[in-house]
Amino acid sequence: MNNPQPKYWRSLEELAATPQFESWLHREFPRGASEWSDALHRRDFLRLMGASLALAGLGACTKQRIEKIVPYVNQPEEVVPGKPIYFASATSFGGYGQGIVVTSNEGRPTKIEGNRDHPASLGATTVWAQADLLDLYDPDRAKIITQGSAGGTWGGFLDQLNAALSGQAANLGAGIRLLTQTVTSPTLATQVREFGRKFPRANWHQWDALPRDTTAGENLYDFAKAKVIVALDSDFLYLHPAALRHARDFAAGRRVEAAKGAAMSRFYAAEPTPTITGSNADHRLPVAARDIANIALALAALVGVEGAGADVPPSANEWVWAAAQDLRANPGAGIVLAGETQPPEVHAVVAKINASLGNTAVTITSCASAALHPVEPTRSLRKLIDDMRGGAVDLLLILGGNPVYDAPVDFDFAGALQKVKLRVHHGLRVNETSRLCHWQIPATHFLESWSDLRAVDGTATIVQPLIEPLYDGVSRHELLDAFVRQPPRSAFEIVQATWKQESGSAVFEKEWRKILSDGAAPWRAGGESPNPAPSSAATRAAPRGGLEIIFRADPNMLDGRYANNAWLQELPHPFSKITWDNAALVSPALAGRERLENGDYIELSYRGRKLGAPVWILPGQAENTITLHLGYGRQEAGRVGTNKGYNACRLRTSEALWHDSGLTIRKLPRREKFATTQNHFTIEGRDMYRAGTLAEFIRHPRFAAEMREVPKEDETLYNPEEFKKRGYAWAMAIDLNTCIGCNACTIACQAENNIPVVGKAQVIAGREMHWIRIDTYHTESPDNPRFHHQPVPCMHCQDAPCELVCPVAATVTDDEGLNLQVYNRCVGTRYCSNNCPYKVRRFNFLEYNGALSPSEKLVKNPDVTVRSRGVMEKCTYCLQRINSARIAAELERRKIRDGEITPACAQVCPAEAITFGDIHDPQSRVSGLKRSPLNYGMLAELNTRPRTSYFAKLRNPNEAMKS
Amino acid sequence: MAQIFSRSANVHAKVIIVGFVLLVCGAGWVTSAVFWSPYTTYVDVPLNQPVPFSHKHHVGDDGIDCRYCHTSVEKSSFAGIPSTQICMTCHSQLWTEAPLLQPVRASLANNRPLCWNRVNDLPDFVYFNHSIHISKGVGCSTCHGELDRMPLTWRTQTLYMKWCLECHRAPQNHLRPQSEIYNLHWQPPPDQATQGLRLAHQNQVDLSGRLTNCSTCHR
Repeated sequence: MNNPQPKYWRSLEELAATPQFESWLHREFPRGASEWSDALHRRDFLRLMGASLALAGLGACTKQRIEKIVPYVNQPEEVVPGKPIYFASATSFGGYGQGIVVTSNEGRPTKIEGNRDHPASLGATTVWAQADLLDLYDPDRAKIITQGSAGGTWGGFLDQLNAALSGQAANLGAGIRLLTQTVTSPTLATQVREFGRKFPRANWHQWDALPRDTTAGENLYDFAKAKVIVALDSDFLYLHPAALRHARDFAAGRRVEAAKGAAMSRFYAAEPTPTITGSNADHRLPVAARDIANIALALAALVGVEGAGADVPPSANEWVWAAAQDLRANPGAGIVLAGETQPPEVHAVVAKINASLGNTAVTITSCASAALHPVEPTRSLRKLIDDMRGGAVDLLLILGGNPVYDAPVDFDFAGALQKVKLRVHHGLRVNETSRLCHWQIPATHFLESWSDLRAVDGTATIVQPLIEPLYDGVSRHELLDAFVRQPPRSAFEIVQATWKQESGSAVFEKEWRKILSDGAAPWRAGGESPNPAPSSAATRAAPRGGLEIIFRADPNMLDGRYANNAWLQELPHPFSKITWDNAALVSPALAGRERLENGDYIELSYRGRKLGAPVWILPGQAENTITLHLGYGRQEAGRVGTNKGYNACRLRTSEALWHDSGLTIRKLPRREKFATTQNHFTIEGRDMYRAGTLAEFIRHPRFAAEMREVPKEDETLYNPEEFKKRGYAWAMAIDLNTCIGCNACTIACQAENNIPVVGKAQVIAGREMHWIRIDTYHTESPDNPRFHHQPVPCMHCQDAPCELVCPVAATVTDDEGLNLQVYNRCVGTRYCSNNCPYKVRRFNFLEYNGALSPSEKLVKNPDVTVRSRGVMEKCTYCLQRINSARIAAELERRKIRDGEITPACAQVCPAEAITFGDIHDPQSRVSGLKRSPLNYGMLAELNTRPRTSYFAKLRNPNEAMKS
Repeated sequence: MAQIFSRSANVHAKVIIVGFVLLVCGAGWVTSAVFWSPYTTYVDVPLNQPVPFSHKHHVGDDGIDCRYCHTSVEKSSFAGIPSTQICMTCHSQLWTEAPLLQPVRASLANNRPLCWNRVNDLPDFVYFNHSIHISKGVGCSTCHGELDRMPLTWRTQTLYMKWCLECHRAPQNHLRPQSEIYNLHWQPPPDQATQGLRLAHQNQVDLSGRLTNCSTCHR
């Protein structure tokens, strides 16, 4: 019956079964989590409790206050109070557009979802798009125009700007510099050209801490068509402007529901540090980033590309050979791709491999880059720095970005900046750069003003505002327009003018409205300037000894632009599950050699610079490498992001933006306590996760279902007829096979369900509130483990253990099988959480929603109760969405259609791994999935009858490989 | 051996025991009386408003339909409070100089909304939807009473959960034909028991008991 299952482990402590881990395991919350830690004596505490009990009793006698009800003065025609309106718009990932649909409740944006009709979204969003909403309401946003440390006015700024510009008129703007990040906005590009015509000798520079300049054009991949995928240090499923599309296609190539005709793509990944992408590989090779180039060359030689080949590390031999075999066996059905962190030479080799295998134009198509006037960022920035140092710059406009924080450290941007006579920074927040500028102009959020963006494949979207600017924000288009004409036009006029020119249509107004409502349109006029050929960033230093230092975008903060976003700060990082911090990621082997433990500080010495950082031992990290995540250690981020973690930019030089040798480390006598959720809610000795291989599945389709014996329907002490009522029966199926572990469901749930953020100290105490968590399991050795992601929401058990122990019936199952949590009944005994085998219940230990600023209150979903202290809460299957669909259906006297209800987690999922629906309807999609032999109920052997079920994970390994 | 307690101790003990019981019962009674009194429930307590708007005049005397002002009652959870613009459709012609209407005119002139005191208010963890109640055959007067007789508006029901459940347990007792929804003086016919069931069937009202699930109103 019981197949021998590999041992699944979540952390190195669990694998080693340390005493600390055992003691953690046996407590639901860590020691002291339920206790008040202030220096308050027990008697004082009891006295206070007595007083507060009496007051609370009296408090209950107060009657309901009379509230105000405020109608519109002039109600807009399209507004129906109580009904949300949806607007198509776009958010940007590193400057590239991703289509979104934003929900507006009485003029207040409350949720961002993906736009199905947009090719870079397909209805899903990234974690950042979800978090953008919180950025809008961030109380730390720059609110007023500031001049130095004093407040300024737009008029005052224009006066000074005009004085500076008139001084430049004679020398054709030779002293003016414009610094932007990656620009895909057609309107901004038009404006920059106009700016260039007015000031022909002015220069436009670009700097992006996460540049994508390693290929001349843009490669578009179709992973759905690929049978073999080989990724060389590429995080194409997560850190890529087309990641959502990649994930959808990748999932299509991996989805298996029945044994008959089951087929999956095979995925090889070689990377130095575990990424979301690499964790989904059938064969993952941990290898230093500097070895990737040789691996690409060796692969090229093996698939028959002209060239010498190269030596690869011995550990990579088998992997390269197997990948090459599979690629040759599937010509025209493979994809080889390299990450943006690899130099152009590697991309050139990869392009040759694809061409020789016939993949080009089949699974890989090319198009012009949507980024306009792409220049190689470090070179562009170096030129600017030289000009600034030479005193050639009189006026510098920094349009977004934070170069003082993230520019290569050898450039000393801050020092050069001081030589500029008039420095203007435009940004959403005050940051390190704006502190050194004369003027800080607050930017409008993308939900507040008009703009446009283009996606990787060139599709253009108009960014339309949903709300009047909350503060005195100025759009980047308006600010740039002020350089060219005065009074400047409004952002709406500027954007519309661009599109009118593009359209050239007589019925432009009608076309404009259609583009606005669709949220995606082709863009015919391409970029004006051809893409310059990419060049290697630096004179390549000969490989030196020592460890390899690797810089990567943080999976949550990216380059630090989201540092003040509390949702992202508290989102557990993939694998390490660290919140509120970054760590220097080291391999278990290196940690063993250097006697490092999690949290130990090390001093990193690299090219004469030193940096102290705490260590996290990451299974799967390549042996002699240390990964540093950018985006932390901000000095001026706001009250959430300032002074969190260490600043990796302090070691990042223009010669090695992504990786380099020559790192040495030294252990410091200091420790950091990380707030990691890795071991939270761990369950001892029970197999939550089931996995197998495709071959096993075809041989024995019911392998997953038969791993554990599940009691029959009538084997219960309760009335077995109880849940056989007519009507709907809501259920969820989660496909572990397609889930890539990207965390989007966690943050979408947070946005939808008004889930509070608790802070680092509270996370350490095990009090994080996420209703759906991603558990990461490992199997095999810590040096090269397999990764398994498992999203865990409430299981909505039909025989729910939580319900039996609630003394006040605050948790009950309703007629449709939803396990309800009734907040107004809950008295906070936490017995339910004790008795929940899945550990999905979350308790409001403190009034986490108590100290919200007025703007933060606006982010709350009006259809979900905001819970207060002392109340248990958990996943509701998005009950508010069920009820709103039910009312819509009943008003029309019909049944709810299959697919009409999509919980927030399912809606955001780029891989469509989560399916929700009615299992009483045999035709529904979820009913079909539950009939699959892969379907299993987590801990169903406890007879809890979970309504949430899982599809066992399948891998498709190359049988010829040993590992 | 001498008596420990004096004779009067018996009496003291009885008085204390009986007195304690009476005190607890009395406290309970007082609490309950306050809980159900108009002081707490606001039932039949007219609220002062920035403009002394009279439903009696507008509905009773002028015969204006509920939906003229409460525009979203059939399509949204919220029935809608009329915008100043709706007031001014008539009052730009009628009573244009009336001092009582000064706040309405000021609202329009200054683009500042009127701030009414909310009469019917549910706790924030309750999600009531007007449109579905109208659609299923629950009329305005079932909850809001005879508004056409209210000079200032007051609450006619406690809006306590007990009261909600009375109807959710047996909706058929309160359903009326669609033609009578906005009739503020509708009375159940003598055969409401059969009529109600017929309407419930016709309007697909769920009589299985699901309406008393917590999830119907709480989320």
